[in-house]
Amino acid sequence: MHLQVSNVSKSFGEGRDRKLVLDGVSFELVSGQFMALVGSSGSGKSTVMRLIAGLDRPSEGSIRLDGQPVRGPGSDRGMVFQKYSLYPWLTAAQNVAFGMSLQGRSKAEIRERTAYFLDVVGLADAGRLLPRELSGGMQQRVAIARALATEPKVLLLDEPFGALDLQIRESMQEFLHDLWRRTGFTVLLITHDIEEALLLAGTVHIMAPRPGRIVQSVAVSLDRSDLRHLRVSQPFLELREELASCLRGLDGALL
Amino acid sequence: MASNPALRRLLAHPWFLGVLGILTVFLVWLLTTASGSVDKLFLPSPGAVWDAGASQFQRGILVGDAIASIRRVFLGFVISAGLALPIGIAMGTNKVICRLLEPLMALIRYMPAPAFIPLLIIYFGLEELPKVMLIFIGTFFFNALMIMDAVKFVPHELVETALTLGGRGLPILTRVVAPYIAPQVLDTYRINMASAWNLVIVAELVAATEGLGKRISLAQRFLRTDEIFVGLIVIGLIGLMIDLGFRFLMRRACSWAN
Repeated sequence: MHLQVSNVSKSFGEGRDRKLVLDGVSFELVSGQFMALVGSSGSGKSTVMRLIAGLDRPSEGSIRLDGQPVRGPGSDRGMVFQKYSLYPWLTAAQNVAFGMSLQGRSKAEIRERTAYFLDVVGLADAGRLLPRELSGGMQQRVAIARALATEPKVLLLDEPFGALDLQIRESMQEFLHDLWRRTGFTVLLITHDIEEALLLAGTVHIMAPRPGRIVQSVAVSLDRSDLRHLRVSQPFLELREELASCLRGLDGALL
Repeated sequence: MASNPALRRLLAHPWFLGVLGILTVFLVWLLTTASGSVDKLFLPSPGAVWDAGASQFQRGILVGDAIASIRRVFLGFVISAGLALPIGIAMGTNKVICRLLEPLMALIRYMPAPAFIPLLIIYFGLEELPKVMLIFIGTFFFNALMIMDAVKFVPHELVETALTLGGRGLPILTRVVAPYIAPQVLDTYRINMASAWNLVIVAELVAATEGLGKRISLAQRFLRTDEIFVGLIVIGLIGLMIDLGFRFLMRRACSWAN
């Protein structure tokens, strides 16, 4: 898997109302990589994700997946949203099965893979529950299982834990890291939380707003054998502070 | 005061106050007529209304009238609901169709449906068709516009998730949009069913040989206020049953939305 985002710009509106939200964004993502885009609101990070998902088209530049230009949404790029991530009328198991049945897989295969992926995200016993009966963290795990079950080449996570309480968010970060290590899928994570990005991603791109662009890219090499310990370790805190001040500087320039 | 647990449960029951309100009005009615302070030509006693109803029932008039009215309401409303669903969904999902039809519908919606009665009688005569058409005209535009709104408020995340899972075209409509709007569609039908009942009575007041509304206008001619009361109460009860039926259906079919 090779995702190439080359010099992508995006503007919305026409004429005088035309607004540039993304200006010349480029990066590459290869199999097994965990990448994060970090920025404040208005930095266009969600727009990047929507362009890769094929939900919007770039105004300029190109996005290619394994050499093929992205022309629209498809199950090779699975996506998890922050809100309304599950279908409220379907049980957890039916939600996981939803994408696979859209793909036209056989009933037996769907049943087997649903059970497998519910188990992978630690919700083997919750299959019959409706989303409203699940906690916010469990809902996001079901959404991740549903995306993974359709075998995407890359998993796009748009602030997946943004609506969760701090404690649950931390355990979900540990869950996601563990899941990624076990299964080795490719992830592009959108977040405004520097700590989250540094904990999980091998490559972190810092994005600046108005117009949205990448201003700094960091290769993170930290010992991730114990995330709880890592959160409070000196090198981690130093790196976090460095990037936080970079982000503050970007916002300060606007005030 | 309410130290008795059974009594306390009764007082806390969700229906308690509603039943209390109905009983109070009934009691005031009973006492007013029993005191003889109001001419019974204006306000018949509950007993007299009951007797009038029983007599109508025995003669088969009551059931015949009710069936005639219910048939008109259902025929007109089923056509209205059946057409409003695809058109409302089309307007909610397609900008061109919406821009084409919404102003037209918004305009017609504000024309009072009973004002169409003279035209309908000229076009379709005095048979069933004009009454069914009246109910259709009076509810279709409301049904369609309310369903359109329900479709417009489907969270785009739900649709986009289906797209990123490999969904396309019709399955998005049948497996995402339709289930999401189902509770609102049922509620739309429930609300507009009340207008359908208003309209069938109005239509029958103008021209009909049978029906609950026709019976009321006949009763007026002979100053039979007791029969007018029978008609009003029966219409109210049938409406309430339909309303409760829709609520029941919604609870059963869309339990996720409660």
